[in-house]
Amino acid sequence: MRARAIFAAQLTFTLLVAAFLIVPAVQSMLAGVTANYFRGIRSGLTLQWVQQVWQLYADTILRSFVIALATLGVTLVVGVPAAYGLHLRGGRLSRVVEEIITLPLAIPGLAIALALLLTYGGLSSFRRSWLFIMVGHVVFTLPFMVRSVLAIFAATDVKTLDESAASLGASPLRRFRDVIVPNARPGILAGSLMVVTLSLGEFNLTWMLHTPLTKTLPVGLADSYASMRLEIASAYTLVFFVMIVPLLVAMQIFAGYRNDPAGRHQ
Amino acid sequence: MSGHGVALRVIDCGKTFADGTRALAPVALEVGRGETAVLLGPSGCGKTTLLRIIAGLETPDPGGRVLFGDTDVTGVPIERRNVGMVFQSYALFPNMNVADNIGYGLKIRGVGEAERKTRVAALVALTGIEGLERRRVDQLSGGQRQRVALARAVVVQPSVLLLDEPLTALDAALRERLRGELNRLLRKLGITTIYVTHDQAEAMALGDRIVVMRKGEIAQIGTPRAVYFAPANKFVAEFVGAANLIEAACNGATLVLPGGTLPVANGAIHGQAIAMIRPEAIAIVPAESASLVGLVDSVSFLGDRQRVLISAAAAKVMTADVPNAIALAVGDRVGLAVEPAAIRLLPGDAT
Repeated sequence: MRARAIFAAQLTFTLLVAAFLIVPAVQSMLAGVTANYFRGIRSGLTLQWVQQVWQLYADTILRSFVIALATLGVTLVVGVPAAYGLHLRGGRLSRVVEEIITLPLAIPGLAIALALLLTYGGLSSFRRSWLFIMVGHVVFTLPFMVRSVLAIFAATDVKTLDESAASLGASPLRRFRDVIVPNARPGILAGSLMVVTLSLGEFNLTWMLHTPLTKTLPVGLADSYASMRLEIASAYTLVFFVMIVPLLVAMQIFAGYRNDPAGRHQ
Repeated sequence: MSGHGVALRVIDCGKTFADGTRALAPVALEVGRGETAVLLGPSGCGKTTLLRIIAGLETPDPGGRVLFGDTDVTGVPIERRNVGMVFQSYALFPNMNVADNIGYGLKIRGVGEAERKTRVAALVALTGIEGLERRRVDQLSGGQRQRVALARAVVVQPSVLLLDEPLTALDAALRERLRGELNRLLRKLGITTIYVTHDQAEAMALGDRIVVMRKGEIAQIGTPRAVYFAPANKFVAEFVGAANLIEAACNGATLVLPGGTLPVANGAIHGQAIAMIRPEAIAIVPAESASLVGLVDSVSFLGDRQRVLISAAAAKVMTADVPNAIALAVGDRVGLAVEPAAIRLLPGDAT
């Protein structure tokens, strides 16, 4: 009897907590397809707000994806060789460099943005292009790429693999391509998904760095909350969900792929 | 495919690491073409550092030089030294199958696919791993990995083959079997080989010459027989095989011991000496006719022989390996006989 009462209490508590978290999300998405939010669902369901969002903000959505992919490109080109170098060299200097790369995580995005503006704000054509935002995103996401690749390097004794490829005559570049990158693939994949999702959702930095012509998805979202009907902002959230959920699913699939040893075979 | 090796010379190569630890005092070593030299010593003796200097994975301290044949390779990175190397962990590439692992060095050298296939197949046959070519490396047993690593290292016909404890990761029975295989293979290939191990049985079985190392220095270089029968000092005597090291007074012709005397043939001196006697050089004889007598402390039957500990003969308990048929009991008074030539007097200072 007592055990059942405890179970019931636990279940109720769990459901309440779950509802506390889920209800706002559902409510927000519902608001995006409700004809008039203040009159509630009774006013009817509509896709007109979603259409309006698309008309008003399609460019921000596209731009966000361009910036996210460009950020990914830069973090791959910079981050993977950096992790390789840091791992091979080792020692105290490498740890210090690793800490410096990680530092932007501890500094508020606004401060980083301010520093970028103070330093490069004068280069007006750079300042006005989306590349300016991308630089901010690279500073913010690079540690995630470097750390996730470093973790794989530490787990696979990549140093001996590198030495063994070298003993067979492979130049550093060849070793990197043939042995290091293929064996770091799980880490590179995990880091890539992290970088893309973080870049897509980044607001702090981007809000400071953007111009009216270089809004990204989250900045557009803030803009719509501030200046549009609540239904449009909600519809925007809905669009954001639709964009981000496939990414999270992709992440899950890749995580499964990583655990499957056949996945490492070319 | 024999005779691709070159003579190897190491001149004054020392290694001091950035933190000031000296891993290797400047050492000199010459290895002939096609010869197998084994670097033997306990962990931390500098044998792996010396191997890595020869490989090109470490640079020697200034003044040190490494020569392959007549070519000074001291400043040449490992990828241009044309070495073959087998690592203790084998370091097979997990992203390639067995055949691709073995063929990687050939691919780097720009060998065409047809020739590559033939040469990989030859090594697969030579190392006895037929049928595994398409396997992933994580599907191989330890012994198979060792063979793949060896095939991968020798398929490129290296000038020098370098093996870093290639059998240590295997269990004892497999180790013994692969040691025999490796020995045949090295003789057949005739490549100049440097083999690092801490296992003296491996060193004696595989080496044309053994380089015994200790605390970053070379303690002795010699053939397995020379190192075993004529160790240069106490360390070598004890590290290579079992040894009785007896401190005793020598009167020019015999050792004077608490339990009697032993005649000495070579290098007898007047004064205190350390005599080395291998356990198998001691024979049990009737006490009445012996110049040296002792008491049986314990008898361990080992199958092919028995190990007897004898007290009262020398200041320390002596170990003797005697034929398994002799009946002995604890407390027996026995005579000990040693061929004078089997007693070696060592310099007393080296500990």
